[in-house]
Amino acid sequence: MGRATTREDLQDNKDTAFTWEVKANDSTYHQQFREKGFLCWRKRKYQTNGIHTAKYNIFSFLPRNLYEQFHRVSNLYFLLIVILQSIPEISTLPWITLFIPLLLLLLIRAIRDLVDDVGRHRSDNAINNRPCQMLIGKSFKWRKWKDLCVGDVVCLTRDSIVPADLFLLASTEPNSLCYVETADIDGETNLKFRQALAVTHHELISPKTMAAFNGTVICEDPNSRMHQFVGSLEWNGRKYALDIGNLLLRGSKIRNTDACYGLVIYAGFDTKIMKNCGNIHLKRTKIDLFMNKLVVLIFLLIMVVSLVLSLGFWLQAHEFRDKHYYVPAGHAKGPFVDFFLIFWAFLILLSVMIPMAMFIISEFIYLGNSAFINWDLKMYYAPHDVPAKARSTSLNDYLGQVQYVFSDKTGTLTQNIMSFKKCCIDGRIYGPDNEDKTFPKENPYLWNEFADGKLSFFNKELLSLVRTKQDKVVQEFWRLLAICHTVMVQEVDNQLLYQAASPDEEALVTAARNFGYVFLSRTQDSITVVELGEERVYEVLALMDFNSDRKRMSVLVRTPEGSICLYTKGADTVIFERLYKRGVIEANTERILSAFTEQTLRTLCLAYKEVEESAYQQWQPQHEKASTQLQDRAKALQQVYSDMEQGLQLLGVTAIEDKLQDGVPDTISSLKKGNMKVWVLTGDKQETAVNIGFACQLLTDDMLILEARDVNIILDSYGEHSKLVRTPKRSLRFQLQNEVAMVISGEFLDHLLVSLRKEPRAVIQSEAEDKARQELSAIRRFSMMWWSLGTSLSSRRSKRKRKNESPEARRERAFVELASRCQAVICCRVTPKQKALIVALVKKYQKAVTLAIGDGANDVNMIKTADIGVGLAGQEGMQAVQNSDYALGQFCFLQRLLLVHGRWSYMRICKFLRYFFYKTVASLVGQIWFAFYSGFSAQPLYEGWFLALFNLLYSTLPVLYMGLFEQDVSDTQSLRMPELYVAGQKNELFNYWVFSKAIIHGLFTSLVNFFLTLWITCDTAGPNSLSDYQSFAVVVAFSSLLSITIEVMLVIRYWTFLFLGTLLVSLGSYFVLTYATQSLWAYQLVPKTFPFLYVLHSVLSKAPFLLVVLLNVAVNTLPILALRMFHHMLRKPRFKEQVEAFPSEVSEEPMPQFRRESRVRRSSYAFSHREGYGNLITQGTSLRRPHGEGSDTNVPSGTEIEEVLPSTPREPRKISFMMSQRPQLRSRAPSQDSQMSSTLSLASTPDPDPGHSGNQPAATNRPLTGQGWLSEDSSLPFAEAEAPVLERSSLPWDKSSGGWAQGLWQKASVPNQVAIETSPSQTQESLSELPMETESESLEREPSPMEWLPVSSEGQLSPPLGEQAPVGTKGQVSPNTGQPVSRRPDPRDKGAEPFTLSNKSGST
Amino acid sequence: MTWSAAARGAHQPDNTAFTQQRLPAWQPLLSAGITLPLFFCAGLAFLGLGLGLYYSSNAIQELEHDYTGDADAGSCAACAAQGQGRAPPPPCSCSWHFTLSELFPGPVYLYYELTGFYQNNRRYGVSRDDAQLSGLVSALRHPANECAPYQFSAAGLPVAPCGAVANSLFNDTFSLWHQRQSGGPYVEVPLDRAAIAWWTDYHIKFRNPPLVNGSLALAFRGTAPPPNWRRPVYELSPDPNNTGFVNQDFVVWMRTAALPTFRKLYARIRQGNYSAGLPSGAYRVDIAYNYPVRAFGGHKLLVFSNISWMGGKNPFLGIAYLVVGSLCIVVGFVMLAVYIRYQDQDDDENDDE
Repeated sequence: MGRATTREDLQDNKDTAFTWEVKANDSTYHQQFREKGFLCWRKRKYQTNGIHTAKYNIFSFLPRNLYEQFHRVSNLYFLLIVILQSIPEISTLPWITLFIPLLLLLLIRAIRDLVDDVGRHRSDNAINNRPCQMLIGKSFKWRKWKDLCVGDVVCLTRDSIVPADLFLLASTEPNSLCYVETADIDGETNLKFRQALAVTHHELISPKTMAAFNGTVICEDPNSRMHQFVGSLEWNGRKYALDIGNLLLRGSKIRNTDACYGLVIYAGFDTKIMKNCGNIHLKRTKIDLFMNKLVVLIFLLIMVVSLVLSLGFWLQAHEFRDKHYYVPAGHAKGPFVDFFLIFWAFLILLSVMIPMAMFIISEFIYLGNSAFINWDLKMYYAPHDVPAKARSTSLNDYLGQVQYVFSDKTGTLTQNIMSFKKCCIDGRIYGPDNEDKTFPKENPYLWNEFADGKLSFFNKELLSLVRTKQDKVVQEFWRLLAICHTVMVQEVDNQLLYQAASPDEEALVTAARNFGYVFLSRTQDSITVVELGEERVYEVLALMDFNSDRKRMSVLVRTPEGSICLYTKGADTVIFERLYKRGVIEANTERILSAFTEQTLRTLCLAYKEVEESAYQQWQPQHEKASTQLQDRAKALQQVYSDMEQGLQLLGVTAIEDKLQDGVPDTISSLKKGNMKVWVLTGDKQETAVNIGFACQLLTDDMLILEARDVNIILDSYGEHSKLVRTPKRSLRFQLQNEVAMVISGEFLDHLLVSLRKEPRAVIQSEAEDKARQELSAIRRFSMMWWSLGTSLSSRRSKRKRKNESPEARRERAFVELASRCQAVICCRVTPKQKALIVALVKKYQKAVTLAIGDGANDVNMIKTADIGVGLAGQEGMQAVQNSDYALGQFCFLQRLLLVHGRWSYMRICKFLRYFFYKTVASLVGQIWFAFYSGFSAQPLYEGWFLALFNLLYSTLPVLYMGLFEQDVSDTQSLRMPELYVAGQKNELFNYWVFSKAIIHGLFTSLVNFFLTLWITCDTAGPNSLSDYQSFAVVVAFSSLLSITIEVMLVIRYWTFLFLGTLLVSLGSYFVLTYATQSLWAYQLVPKTFPFLYVLHSVLSKAPFLLVVLLNVAVNTLPILALRMFHHMLRKPRFKEQVEAFPSEVSEEPMPQFRRESRVRRSSYAFSHREGYGNLITQGTSLRRPHGEGSDTNVPSGTEIEEVLPSTPREPRKISFMMSQRPQLRSRAPSQDSQMSSTLSLASTPDPDPGHSGNQPAATNRPLTGQGWLSEDSSLPFAEAEAPVLERSSLPWDKSSGGWAQGLWQKASVPNQVAIETSPSQTQESLSELPMETESESLEREPSPMEWLPVSSEGQLSPPLGEQAPVGTKGQVSPNTGQPVSRRPDPRDKGAEPFTLSNKSGST
Repeated sequence: MTWSAAARGAHQPDNTAFTQQRLPAWQPLLSAGITLPLFFCAGLAFLGLGLGLYYSSNAIQELEHDYTGDADAGSCAACAAQGQGRAPPPPCSCSWHFTLSELFPGPVYLYYELTGFYQNNRRYGVSRDDAQLSGLVSALRHPANECAPYQFSAAGLPVAPCGAVANSLFNDTFSLWHQRQSGGPYVEVPLDRAAIAWWTDYHIKFRNPPLVNGSLALAFRGTAPPPNWRRPVYELSPDPNNTGFVNQDFVVWMRTAALPTFRKLYARIRQGNYSAGLPSGAYRVDIAYNYPVRAFGGHKLLVFSNISWMGGKNPFLGIAYLVVGSLCIVVGFVMLAVYIRYQDQDDDENDDE
């Protein structure tokens, strides 16, 4: 898979040609295109929307299944043998001997495949038959998903699922917006919006106009890049640029939009989500592969043995022909032909040693173990009624060998539920009274008609404080929560429904609502709140929205009483530096903040101030000026906001819990004890991921956390120092002593994968070297680290001697080796594809068994790539589950799945294989010995029926029992001692050594059975003689059967009545069937097939035979028993010594590395917030289009010019061209620029603890802000970044700090420009230099690429506005001063009603 | 995880011991407490068995004589020389003289032994038609292909019994003469040639084809004897119960041997004066020397032997039991020593398990 993925990626980069042409409402056009397919079969270029994942249909099942089955070499081989067997010349065995097992094998497999495929057919049908409305003629009619074709126009209503990748034409929402939820695609539950082109939105207002729509979309060919789309719409002679923001992806859900209309661009398998699903790969376990290897080995051995025996025949052939006249000469065709024939005869004879039955039985074992997983009550998640489900039945033993666990975060580790957990008001903590989760008997919020009753937080004291309205701070606290946010409200069935950009915010507003401060509705310039029953309308004077470097959000409101208040909530650091005083309460609060953080709660500080009317009057013009400014509006506004947000009074702190799923920390710690590496791969932000990492104890405080930059340094130094060879002991010590964790981002991986994609190496190298040269101090810091780490890597490498590797591959290998040394690795902001690439990377370089667990469609790729994919059946759709090998209800079940079921399965299959090989050799090798006594004539030693049934029946059931029920330790013990799991990771239970031991043991048994019997036979005569062939055969067979049965009794550690049953049945079947096949009845039927008439009977009726059998069994069993006993007795003390010796290796050695500052406080605002709907709310129309492929692409400044001119009509942007410039830009990176950035970083490093530096508020912390700003804006358009900030704030109250800020801002802007020119990742490197010591928030970057919320810059007039202006009837003046929003000329729109997300009146 | 157990989900697995893998089980452990007594008991038992077997085997007398005649020993050398290179060898007879100084206790069994004769050769072993031998008329007329080249005679008649095994029927015959006093006349010792084959073979597996007009010869009409045979199959013996496919000699021969050296029972001596065994005196065995073995370097032997409860003479089995038994006891002691040596360390770990 790994290889496939990278190749796919390479392709992705190439196929950006714009050959995909979609004509609206013209299906015949699309049908004419054919692509070259197989032979004369020509595939349609534009597929329909139906998907077919099933393999067979009724007619193709038999031929195709047989074809597939005989694709397996073993089956083909057996078929060949069966065919050969029918040639009388070389037929040494009766036809039944091999034919029956083969038939059974084929039958069982076919049935299994059939069952699987029926399931696939069902799910395909379910999906293909979903209804959707499509435009037929001039009206919309209900059709099925599979009827959709490229070019069709589709109407989607609220909560419907997007059936294909659609180009959004129009929606019922104002501003041509359409809200979607992409939970099924990327697992994020918050709302995103897509926007239609203004031109289509305004023109296509009825089905008629839609039907007449004849635009042509030209875009890229279908590809798997979820967050990129480049194309253009040609309509009425004009061209309009399209990007991902215009696209509705298949699988997303329409929310809060009554109806929207889209044009199908990609359908069926061409859709982005399907392209991302990758192909179905057959997963095979290590053991399975090993088993096949061994079978090949056995086959080769058999060939060799046959050859040797045939040679023996050849040597004797002469003698036999000349002297042994009684032997029929055969068809004297010369000795060579005889030799050739006898070779095949031996091959057939010995082919019974190729354990065909092993394949059949192992299928049963896999099936049975899967059933046990399905049946396990302890993995049943009752709340959702979800049992564990093994969807793939052939991977169970892999579960016992997992070394790497890749986990998604949202929905997998966390429940994706934010709950209001605690708060601190005025320096006092109010925790939940109901810690034990017993909710008070009666709902404490009953007095409040607006309470939704879902708040689990309850504090009696606080409640009474709130209700008595005594405490002003408490009042303001809740008021703030009710006012200061960007939540949209919607009324459904008289219930308020909040829609927030982040779940945190929703939790806060909901908490306020339950406490009686109910946010009721909002318009552009007012917020209506019910405060303990009293409705109050606040006039919004300004809404200063969150963005990732402000890390706060404020609302300036005029209360109904007429006073002006500023309410601010934000990250603790930014709030604390803006307080007007730092008193006892503040200090208290800070302590509480730390405590909250320790409990891994996400905190948020609330503050407010009352603004003098005069101050506001002074400020207001500046604000207005800033918001109407055409250039650098964002920056200007930020400055203005910052001026206002000073001198605040702290209200309190809220603490929100990102609820982990049950038992996650326990599970992770026991997985870690089981020597599994847990990696968290998430699309979320770094801070969130790290926070969760701490919460689930993946990360601990005393861990050394490496970040992208550190990793880079180590990797670079690794290359330079690879010649140094150190003792491996050092590295071991390093590993034991320091818990190392790694936190990297998707960008870093991009970097790594850039090398994977064979981009010019020079670029990376020079960058890296520059970095290394500049950051001497950093190098010094890390010098010790690579002494220990780098050299250990290299010493390992030197062993491998892979000198021919490309530098890129070496870097990758080094990275993987480094990462594999880390106790935990967290990758944030990774795309689904990157998730898969990481897994593939580890698989490629570590050859380890990987397990990926996730719950969303964004995990599908990873789940498919990993050796084992586990899907959580959560709220986020079933995509993950449908592509997984195992489906679980909860993350914590993973523990049981791996440690109990996985270990058992592995142990069982290993024991099974070991025993099976033993048993095969023990009983069937006798045939080889016999050849020496039968003149190498390939005479079978055993009766044909014995051979046919031995592996099928006589010895099967105990083995099957072993594979299904064996338990070496109980499940509770397995869970208690995760260390036991290590055996599986090291392949200890079945490997070449174990295999050869089994073979040797088998040889011993067969030798004893054959030769003891032989010697005794030689010596006997008389009526009781067993010297005749048939008795001899039966005695040896019976001894063998008893020997291996006793062996299985010794091996099984878990005796139940079932086991006794299997013993009885298998031995019983031997007697019964032997008697049956040796009965007169059978003999009379076909004497030739049943020649052993009554042999067993006469053997058993004579005491000496039994004595021989007893002797054989005793000689076989007792030495082995004695050996095991000695082993057992001698091993134990040794084992103990080892255990004692182990910890002594951990010697004290000073930690060379810098420990990070103790835990940085984690503020929820910084974590989960994205920019809300602030822009929408205050300006409505001024939605700036996201750039290019999204936030991780720098769109060069060229586009800005067009965009800032409102009157210019939108021209198609040549984005692909601009993107192709990126590498060039990067390579230009001048070294002195990086020096600049390093000076900057040095300047800011000394700042020891900004969190406590509130006494000199602005000064020391400004650089940080600059830093954050820099990181934020690295992706903003050049136009903003390059322009110096010239206007100076002339506000009276904050001159000094403003001046400070000015200077620093200017300073910061220079490296900023550089950073943009170099590369995003380098910027990030230079930034991440001081992250943990200073503030993790400074790493904040732009919102996730999956996100299409407006970027912060309010200063942009978007082109749609320009176009809308003449159309807009209600006349809008300035977009940002709270005037009526520009609305689409939709007659249904009633205008100035409260601005809510839903447009209730216009429902269809 | 405390959820109410009241409402059972539709997909909730069954809570049974089987599905939850909680079947009541006994977990046997390799502990010294079980193994040591086992070894000592097994050792003692095997020693006892071995002693018994050894002594009973030793009590058995055996007298064998190689009459192949290639060492110029005995009168059979002439026959051997005469038959050299001629197929089929001309009839020849020779004799073997031996003297018993004391009673050879009965019942005495007379075997012939062949060495270097590969009855277990595949081509040889498959060259027979069990259907024909079980008396099926159709098979009598149409012998199985495996019998080739002894399927049809040169004249095109089906061979009965067909195949190489039947064709190579051992055709030496023996008669035993006893001289009670030296110089006295030799008296023929009656040889009991009945019931020398397996009961099941004689009574079930081998059947003559249904008689035609009460005559076996007619039943076999239209068939040819195997080329090496001098007589047709229905004339193997004058005794109607011992001729045809159920002739005991033939049946014994047809039960092919496992190894290239084998003994086959020829007769038992248990009649008249000889029921107690062979009394002392001089004996002569008259041998009709027909069967050529020198071509393939084989040997023909005559063996007189008596039997015990466990069959014929078989010293190996007894010795093997003795060796295994004593080894068991030795290993048992070593184990005990090791166990005592490491017992202390064991204790606490055993507690865990």
